[in-house]
Amino acid sequence: MNLLEVKDITKQYKNFTLDHISFSIPAGYIMGYIGQNGAGKTTTLNIITQLIHAASGTVSIDGLSLDEDPIAYRDKIGYIGDSSYYPEELTLRQIKGILKDFYPSFQPEVFDQYQKKWNLPDQKKIKEFSRGMKVKLMFASVLSRDTRLLVLDEATNGLDPVMRKEILTLLQEYISDGKRSVLFSTHILEDLEQIADYIFFIEKGKKVLCDSKDELLESYLLVKGGPEDLTEPLKHSLIGLEVNSFGFEALLSSRDTIVPSKGLLTARPSIDQILLHMILERKR
Amino acid sequence: MKIIISNQSELPIYAQIKEQIKEQILNGQLADGTVLPSIRGLAKELSVSVITTSRAYSDLEAEGFIATAQGRGSIVLSRNNDILREQYLKRIEEGLNTAIRTAGLIDLPREELHTMVDMLWKTQ
Repeated sequence: MNLLEVKDITKQYKNFTLDHISFSIPAGYIMGYIGQNGAGKTTTLNIITQLIHAASGTVSIDGLSLDEDPIAYRDKIGYIGDSSYYPEELTLRQIKGILKDFYPSFQPEVFDQYQKKWNLPDQKKIKEFSRGMKVKLMFASVLSRDTRLLVLDEATNGLDPVMRKEILTLLQEYISDGKRSVLFSTHILEDLEQIADYIFFIEKGKKVLCDSKDELLESYLLVKGGPEDLTEPLKHSLIGLEVNSFGFEALLSSRDTIVPSKGLLTARPSIDQILLHMILERKR
Repeated sequence: MKIIISNQSELPIYAQIKEQIKEQILNGQLADGTVLPSIRGLAKELSVSVITTSRAYSDLEAEGFIATAQGRGSIVLSRNNDILREQYLKRIEEGLNTAIRTAGLIDLPREELHTMVDMLWKTQ
């Protein structure tokens, strides 16, 4: 069953259009929503979390749309942004009080466990929290509710490797019962790449591809070679060709029947390399 | 069970997991009847995606190394079967093919390769 179902959402701004985006995430899986800065990642996520309204299209979480029950819909989502959304002048204790009033499924004792585990101070104002502490506070507040979908908008930006690893584990624990899903957006894949089951790639408000990560990784080969290796037939098959004085680098579809000549170096590309060359190809 | 994932490997991650479990079944470290960790548990431990570990398990199942029962997890199957012998034969063939190809690179005559095999066999 699909936990998140996004159908045909659109949104127009002066210089940007989110153009009929559709995708779904089955329950128990993680999707990485990726693209360059300004590609439309945050717009999509904000529509799902209902921070903004779509001009058209529908979103449902666990079978429930916003129109059916706005409070229950919001309670199913845990959202973590790239900066803290809590008022800077408040203390953690005050925030806990607000969460209790705002979300029906908030469990104060679970929140206390996370607060203790991460040594978050009770009486300090949020503005005195470090970036890592703010992220931990956001995680503590969403994980102490009975949510079905975690939405992370560039949430690991600027965090140290230990904290990023901790987040990976948290996300995998979150989906481990197979009933909940994660949607995260990022422009730097790095470690999040490892745990993503699906990749949605958006550019200039349009979907470029949506596939399982493993399928995507197996669809392409990274090819490198010297200037003399770049024959016309090969050039024709290459995707996102990048040439420098001493050679070239590009992708080759693994279904392509062209046989790379002996001097060529072929390797398994990373998701980042696949995206980079796809963007180059689209610019041609 | 021991599994080490390398980002530098030529093999995709699902294949690395599959091969390492296979290896441990073949050399007896994972005895038949052993219950393997769940797909989700393994994904979490290795920090890889659930789809990746599911693929490794479904391949191992297709090749007859493990069996998965709904709700009871995956268990290692008995080693005394033809599939296993087949696997070993395939490995021997692969090794020999590498030797033959390498011999071809320096034009080593067939007889000399045979002699090498005989000699190495005796010293084993």
